[in-house]
Amino acid sequence: MKILVTIKQVPDTATQVKIAADGKSIDTAGITWIVSPYDEFAVEEALRIKEKRGQGEVVAVSLGPDRVKEALRSCLAMGCDRAIHLNDAAWSAADTLATAKALAAVVKQEAPQLVLCGRQAIDDDMGAVTAQLAELLGWPCAYWIMEETIDTDGKAVRAARQVEGGLEVFDLPLPAVLAAQKGLNEPRYPTLKGIMGAKKKEIRDVKAADLGIAAEPSQLSVVGLEALPPRPPGRIIQGDVPTAVKELVRALREDAKAI
Amino acid sequence: MTFDLTSEQQLIQATAREFAETQIRPIAAEIDRDSRFPHETVKRMGELGLMGMVIPERWGGSGAGAQAYVVALEEIARVCASHAVVMSVNNSLYGDPIARFGTDAQRERFLTPVASGHAHGCFALTEPQAGSDATNQATLAVRDGDHYVLNGCKRFVTTGREASFALVFCQTDRAKGHRGITAFVVEKGTRGFTVGKTEDKLGIRASDTAELLFDDCRVPVQSRIGDEGQGFKIAMTAIDGGRVGIAAQAIGIATGAYERSVAYARERRAFGVIIGEHQMVQWMLADMAVAIDGARLLTRKAAALKDAGRPYRTAAAMAKLFAAETAMKVTTDAIQVHGGYGFIKEYEVERAFRDAKITQLYEGTSQIQKLVVARHLLRGDHDGV
Amino acid sequence: MPNAFWCIVEDDRNGSPKKVMAEVIGEAARLAPGRVEAVWLTDKASEAGLKQLGEWGASRVLLLENAAFAPYRSEVWTAAAADLAARESPAAILAPVTSRQREFVARLAARLGVGLAADSVRFAMEGDKLVATRPVYAGKLLSKVTWAKSPWVATLRPNVFRPAEAQPGKTAAVERPSLSAPGAQMKFVERREEVSTGLPELTEAETVISGGRGMKGPENYVILEELGRVIGAAVGASRAAVDAGWRPHRFQIGQTGRTISPKLYLGFGVSGAIQHLAGMRTSKVIVAVNKDPEAPIFKIADFGIVADLFEVVPELTKEFKKLLEK
Repeated sequence: MKILVTIKQVPDTATQVKIAADGKSIDTAGITWIVSPYDEFAVEEALRIKEKRGQGEVVAVSLGPDRVKEALRSCLAMGCDRAIHLNDAAWSAADTLATAKALAAVVKQEAPQLVLCGRQAIDDDMGAVTAQLAELLGWPCAYWIMEETIDTDGKAVRAARQVEGGLEVFDLPLPAVLAAQKGLNEPRYPTLKGIMGAKKKEIRDVKAADLGIAAEPSQLSVVGLEALPPRPPGRIIQGDVPTAVKELVRALREDAKAI
Repeated sequence: MTFDLTSEQQLIQATAREFAETQIRPIAAEIDRDSRFPHETVKRMGELGLMGMVIPERWGGSGAGAQAYVVALEEIARVCASHAVVMSVNNSLYGDPIARFGTDAQRERFLTPVASGHAHGCFALTEPQAGSDATNQATLAVRDGDHYVLNGCKRFVTTGREASFALVFCQTDRAKGHRGITAFVVEKGTRGFTVGKTEDKLGIRASDTAELLFDDCRVPVQSRIGDEGQGFKIAMTAIDGGRVGIAAQAIGIATGAYERSVAYARERRAFGVIIGEHQMVQWMLADMAVAIDGARLLTRKAAALKDAGRPYRTAAAMAKLFAAETAMKVTTDAIQVHGGYGFIKEYEVERAFRDAKITQLYEGTSQIQKLVVARHLLRGDHDGV
Repeated sequence: MPNAFWCIVEDDRNGSPKKVMAEVIGEAARLAPGRVEAVWLTDKASEAGLKQLGEWGASRVLLLENAAFAPYRSEVWTAAAADLAARESPAAILAPVTSRQREFVARLAARLGVGLAADSVRFAMEGDKLVATRPVYAGKLLSKVTWAKSPWVATLRPNVFRPAEAQPGKTAAVERPSLSAPGAQMKFVERREEVSTGLPELTEAETVISGGRGMKGPENYVILEELGRVIGAAVGASRAAVDAGWRPHRFQIGQTGRTISPKLYLGFGVSGAIQHLAGMRTSKVIVAVNKDPEAPIFKIADFGIVADLFEVVPELTKEFKKLLEK
């Protein structure tokens, strides 16, 4: 079974982000980049499916500038068989829909039976690409999945998705798109052998023209980034515990009107 | 010349850091307190490939090389020096000499399980009367048909209790002095081979340091590594690599303490400002940073020489000396930056301070490193310094 | 009506809109007075629910009622909603952030070929264009976005927007547009209910209590649940506590968990790692209790007590009980 996993390279959560001179993007100097954590769940699940079935191919795909190769390489180190890098200035301001269109074109070329994505990328937290990709492909889609099982014929997948109050289980005919939620699995660390072996694996550069995609303006554009308004300074309530708690309850009720 | 790590080395670094932070950090203080060998995390380090980094893939290792090894070892030591020393012994003191001097049959039997993380090896050179003076071996191996009979006692053997294989150095020809020393691998369970007492230590408390006892222990000839009389050379070659590893361990210990000090200096307030505003604190932090970076550069240079197959004995001694002294100084100052809190176990610089001390002692004390450096310099042989 | 602001109804799966819809409708009414319409895809709408939408301020309810709409499947909903949008030409399509709306609205935007602004916390009309503001980079920055063309599709973070006040007697015109029979590839198998804590849902609660690593173990969450029952709060946890296996993942607040924005957040033994802050920093009032005076959470807290949470929580429960008995 061929599985395609979409990943995004994002700044590490702990990294300080600063607004760039254009006021619309972030200053990328000094940023530590990682594979978005939800995407690691997707990679892990794809590898587990392959291992369980004893055969198959896992292809990692990512869209972004040259630095994205590092993220793809770490997916190869985890065990993906090869990678596709959508690397074209035409996509530099791609919104979720433009990204989904590029990915859909790759999916059509590669014809996998399953596409696994992370629930959302932790940089812009849009959480839309998976659904939009499914829509463009006309495939069924399950969001926020906590477990999945592929039937022995490789014709369908049973997936449990997380919703408010419980899990909903569906059967989806393949091909299908699944969005991984935290809790689906525990991603492996790349082994050193995996890391050393990754350099022998292929990362194919793909331009928009290779996919027959014409450049089009994004449907959603960033007008500007702004820093968070500072929170008013807080107050440490002093005194022994009973006194401090009494004062806290009073302040919450009378000053903050929070109760 | 570039100071950038390759993308593989960067990935290895990131993996080691992530592993150390998420898997080792939560237990580091507790295993130190209880002197408990961390079987679970050490096993996982083996599965990741951290126990065979300088060993070729053919023999179960990952063939990542010395540079990647020091980078990863530093990351592990930054969080826990005990895990780091287990890694260092398996790689440098046990794995590397067997990869280098063993036959294919010996590598298959003695190396593959260790390099792939399924078993541990240890390095038994030191004896009660032979520490820095390693040539003065009293453990004897006497040939008897297709066996050798070993008698004697080894002391301060890191991972001695947990290891399945011991690389043991014995005197086979007393008359020849250190040219009469021979190396053997002795497997746990061999009759006449027992583990004596385990030491209660100041630092690296979660690693085990044990005494190995040999009492008419019969070891087959096939377990002899190299030729008779080649043992001292094998030991010194292993220790060269080991010193680079210990240098990395020392840098890791220092880095952990330094990072905590910087964080503390940014948060802790005294006299109305954060203490980082005080020049005396800035002074200490700057000294720490300079020394750590200097030690790191020396260590990476030694590793680069090793990877290139060039002589690196002096470079290794320099790196180990400077890194060990740095670790001791940095952890001492780290406690100073923390004030009274630094003296308390809850703030982890206390553990770093205790762990730092061993780096000035094992695999050649700082004084021995100076001897090595000076002797080679006087001979005009200084590894391209 | 063309140019309407659609509010996609999130319901309780029992025929009633969730109360977060008051926020969506309230915001739509502020942006487009008199042009607010509710669009409800459901297997069964209740009369009371329809009445509620009218009282909150929807002038028209487009009710798409069909057994195929439950349980929710994006492919089915998208086909139906896109058909309706083609006929109605709304100016905007707004929905609250819930697990299903996040998927559905994204898929709908792709079908309509328009942009999507997910998890917005502020809207403004600039000229004749809608501009949305949404937190990005773990909530460290705010991003202002706008659309190339309408309909402007967006989801709204719960508890951020001022809810519409119900106006008794105000009604909406309820219409049941004709539907082409929705086809589905996905087949529903079963629903597994979570064991209910009897406390509010995390993302919807007005008050949220969170327990971090300082809770020391799973057994100690009972004291937070007791407090939760007294003040009607949801009880969540930090990533550290979830990763330690003390609480199931659905209770995690933060970057790889739920994003919350309650009126009152009370953190006990929570250090305030960036991952956690990403999921709660838009809370209106933040209270932190931690033994460590250097814990980063105190930097964003409105009120802090430096003390052992195991002393503070029972005392707080007692004080709140006294207050509520008055």
